[in-house]
Amino acid sequence: MSTQQNPGHGDEVVAHEGSAPATHFENPGLPPHRPRQADVNPAAAKRAERQIVILFAISIIGTIGTVVAWSLVPPGDTPSSMRLSNFLIGFGLFLSLMGIGTAAVHWAKTLMNDHEKVEMRHPQRSSDETRAGAVEVLKEGAADSGIGRRGVLKGAAVTSLALFPLAIAVPLIGDVGGSWDVSKLKHTIWRKGVKLTTDPAGRPIKAADVTIGSVFHVIPENLEEVDAHERLNEKAKAVVLLVRLDPKDLKEAEDRKGWSYDGIVAYSKICTHVGCPVALYEQQTHHLLCPCHQSTFDVADGAKVVFGPAKRPLPQLPIEVDDEGYLVAQSDFHEPVGPSFWERLK
Amino acid sequence: MKALAARRHHRHAPVVLLLLALLATGVLYAVLAPTSADAADSASANDIEAGDKLFQANCATCHGPSAEGTGSAPSLIGVGAASVDFQVGTGRMPMAMSGPQAQAKPPQFDAEQTAQLAAYVASLGAGPGIPVAEQVDPSKGDAANGMALFRTNCAMCHNAVGAGGALSEGKYAPPLLETSNTHIYEAMATGPQSMPVFSDANLTSDEKRDIIAYIDAQREPSPGGINLGSLGPVSEGLWVWVVGMGLLIGASVWIGAKSS
Amino acid sequence: MSTTTPSRGARAASGTADYLDQRTGIGTAVKGFARKIFPDHWSFLLGEIALYSFIVLLISGVFLTMFFVPSMGETHYEGPWAAMQGVEMSQAFASTLRLSFEVRGGLLMRQIHHWAALLFMASIVTHMMRVFFTGAFRKPREVNWLVGFVLLVLGLAAGFSGYSLPDDVLSGNGLRITDGVVKAIPIIGSYMSFFLFGGEFPGTDIIPRLFTVHILLVPGLILALIGLHLLFVVLHKHTQYPGPGRTDKNVVGYPLFPVYTAKAGGFFFVVFGVIALMAATMTINPVWNYGPYDPSPVSAGAQPDWYMLFLEGALRLMPGQTEYVIGGYTLSLNVLIPAMVVPGILFTAIAAYPFIEAAVTKDKREHHVLDRPRNAPFRTAFGVAFLTAFVVLALAGSNDLIATQFRMSINDITWAFRVLLFVGPAFAFWVTKRICLSLQRKDRELVLHGHETGRIVRFAHGEYIEVHKPLDEYEQWLLVSYDSPRPLEIEPAEDSRGVRRKGYRKDRLKQRVSRIFFEDRVEPVTPAELAAAHSHGEHDTIAPAPEHDQITSEVGSGPASETDTETRNR
Repeated sequence: MSTQQNPGHGDEVVAHEGSAPATHFENPGLPPHRPRQADVNPAAAKRAERQIVILFAISIIGTIGTVVAWSLVPPGDTPSSMRLSNFLIGFGLFLSLMGIGTAAVHWAKTLMNDHEKVEMRHPQRSSDETRAGAVEVLKEGAADSGIGRRGVLKGAAVTSLALFPLAIAVPLIGDVGGSWDVSKLKHTIWRKGVKLTTDPAGRPIKAADVTIGSVFHVIPENLEEVDAHERLNEKAKAVVLLVRLDPKDLKEAEDRKGWSYDGIVAYSKICTHVGCPVALYEQQTHHLLCPCHQSTFDVADGAKVVFGPAKRPLPQLPIEVDDEGYLVAQSDFHEPVGPSFWERLK
Repeated sequence: MKALAARRHHRHAPVVLLLLALLATGVLYAVLAPTSADAADSASANDIEAGDKLFQANCATCHGPSAEGTGSAPSLIGVGAASVDFQVGTGRMPMAMSGPQAQAKPPQFDAEQTAQLAAYVASLGAGPGIPVAEQVDPSKGDAANGMALFRTNCAMCHNAVGAGGALSEGKYAPPLLETSNTHIYEAMATGPQSMPVFSDANLTSDEKRDIIAYIDAQREPSPGGINLGSLGPVSEGLWVWVVGMGLLIGASVWIGAKSS
Repeated sequence: MSTTTPSRGARAASGTADYLDQRTGIGTAVKGFARKIFPDHWSFLLGEIALYSFIVLLISGVFLTMFFVPSMGETHYEGPWAAMQGVEMSQAFASTLRLSFEVRGGLLMRQIHHWAALLFMASIVTHMMRVFFTGAFRKPREVNWLVGFVLLVLGLAAGFSGYSLPDDVLSGNGLRITDGVVKAIPIIGSYMSFFLFGGEFPGTDIIPRLFTVHILLVPGLILALIGLHLLFVVLHKHTQYPGPGRTDKNVVGYPLFPVYTAKAGGFFFVVFGVIALMAATMTINPVWNYGPYDPSPVSAGAQPDWYMLFLEGALRLMPGQTEYVIGGYTLSLNVLIPAMVVPGILFTAIAAYPFIEAAVTKDKREHHVLDRPRNAPFRTAFGVAFLTAFVVLALAGSNDLIATQFRMSINDITWAFRVLLFVGPAFAFWVTKRICLSLQRKDRELVLHGHETGRIVRFAHGEYIEVHKPLDEYEQWLLVSYDSPRPLEIEPAEDSRGVRRKGYRKDRLKQRVSRIFFEDRVEPVTPAELAAAHSHGEHDTIAPAPEHDQITSEVGSGPASETDTETRNR
């Protein structure tokens, strides 16, 4: 074993360019054909045939089973009966299909002729003559059209063809966006004096009901007055989370000191990342966790982001208490709720 | 007798003897095993005293000798009997190892001891009481209303059917399907650890029962077959690769292989 | 030839054939096509899994359209499912519940449809991997690779539009996320959001629009492109694995009729059968547990179907600080990078790779014989690195489930994946390339020295050797018949007179890229080398080299013969 032959370290091995037969091995051609059991042994062939017939028979049984199950085992009223119906029809279908599939494949593998055959390929490229011919006919056609001599004609054709899609696209796209009034994104239905109510029942909430460590899912009381086909649109911006903290733990910005009530704060529930409801409230850490992409907001500190892909804190809803003790909003949010968009601050 | 003795060498004799022995053991166990004590209906002064003793031995190290709390554990004054029944009944307390949160494990105390501890803590300050059977009876609840409440208030932590979910920093909301209805009620009322408190002003007692009815309905088998953990598209995606592609690649190899 | 009169069946058949041929000239097609040769290998069936699951999607989909109502109009549920009694929901959701609980076989069809959709995407990815790792995308099949790539993207669109149709909380939150992503697009984002939803989110138009996309636009395009995809396979003829008798100028295999009619036709039934079995036994997309869509609730474990997890993971991994306000306008890179840039990079890499490789190798020959992945170390390593990135992103999209199942901190998992997204592919690239090169060297060893037989021979003078069995010519051909391109050589920077050559910079760049592809390589054994290995005498040929494994417990238990069909059909 000389080191020249040692293939250990991956570098090129010199090919002997000069001696032509020694540069590459020759393709040895197809290997000899090995007969299968079924080719040489008639008993094996018979056995294979029987197996194939059995598989087809299983398929027929499966089909019958499916139809019987469909007729006799309806889904019914309970999860168990639905599950049984689903299983019986499905399993029957499985047998019906698998039987045919395995029978066909088994047939091909054991009984059908398995001598390999060779077919020659042709280069994809068309022959030079064909190509020349193609160029010829194109040239003829171009000459016939007269387009070569008439430049203005060409320009006019191209221009009109380029423009006509507008005639289709503008009507097609024009009304697809409804009113196109994107300024609606900046406002919700919260107004001064609108009561905070529980979601989904709509019960107004008294400040005294909100204990430290609790969380209320809130919708504005005027949501039920919104038209049915707009209601979810408004709910999608108006949902709010209400929590109560010990006022000692609550850090408030100067200009927001009046926005809370005795440790009760209200924040928009729509994540400022891409809009999922931020609903997981961790009572002991005062963190709000969004389940979609794990943005985490600190309710004790203006709902600012402490982890995750969100950038902006959750918008805060300024709240106060009316003379009956119910929690009400002081106004709409002071910024657009939800995910960012280009003209958000304009 | 003679007939029986004559058959003592029969080849089935060992099997019969084994079955008889098992039967005997089972009967003896059933007769002699200690029964679990029924919880006392009302807290007697004896219960509170017994509970105090248990408390000092097992809980005071962390919660303080009068349950006033220490740096390691919060105060238990005002948490109510429901908290104790939940925490001790699910085995979370006494906490066995430190970690992001207390984990449910086999309870260390039996029902009588748990009731005594609950009575003692309840005597320290008024708090949520243990719910009566009617309050947690799923047949009296409305599963549809329960689902509407569950998906707004609970599903984001516990998953749509209560299969559990992740919180931050290693904390988690546990699965609910194996939790008893009483413990579910108590957890809502007391807000253990990260879970918020759902007082009766937030979720009324009937609403809590509706939620229990919904979870109870989730314990039925799924109409579509095995539920793959009810974990959603990720587990479905995993199984389509393992089962679906696995079987089909296997079938492909079979089809492509030469027959013998 | 039989002298008896032909049977009635035979006469009917020939009558039909005559009728058709007189009107369509179909005889030419039958003559040319029926006995067309296709090469045989199990990995060629992966694309068929995709094709057949698409057919299953069409069949089950038609069933579903008979009952599904694509409307967001409100209704109240009055069916058998207790937890939804009286609940207000859209018609889309209500009709999905009716399908699942009241239509016989309806739940089965829904589950068949959804499992088939997941399988469709899984098989496309597997098929693409096979095509990539064997180099089947090389000339003349680059265009077909692009067609396949577009089919992949259309499959994503079909899946996404499909699972959003029931209008449940899970897919509805997915639509909300889509809306958030669209809004982040600069300048036109909010308008595009209105375009999609016909106004504000969620509106009442999105489900009917997705329905049109899902049953008409996307399937139409997919069908057309599948037709084109298969047309190319017929035009180019199928590729084949290297082996004895196989060259770039022939196809070795079996005829379409009857072998592939039976195998491929049977495989359709097998695929459909497996999907039916899964639908009969495994629950998928239980929308009755998620509830009708409302913007307020959300479930823990909120993920899209598996093939969208890479996007979900990217969104979860991106840190949030990168949102900027420029001149009063908000640019949310924390959303745009994971949702647009990352998939942009991934998709561009897939689409462009054949052209990049062709430019680097300057290989203009047609290729019909596939590469064994080990013989293209850069390509294989690149593919594994790409898959690693994809898998890391998909796992990142499931980080909350990993956290719950393994009791870990979701924040730590997120950080780990942030690092792994970059480190993982680099590491996977390096490891894979080393493995490929090692496998090539092992092949060289095998050719030069043959198989170890485990027979130990002791000479009279006391020396022990292990006898090696040389390869037969068929197995040897498989191991030596590959190309090993060398890095590009370029003309020197300065010509003979010392003048700097124009275009040197570009050439140098090309050479650098070429080196990255081909510098580490192992060339195939040549006959001269083999002869040299043998010419050191019988003794040396069968003597193990010092660095070979010492005689182990394999003494006396050597392999009988390695020339069987396993190696030939690999």
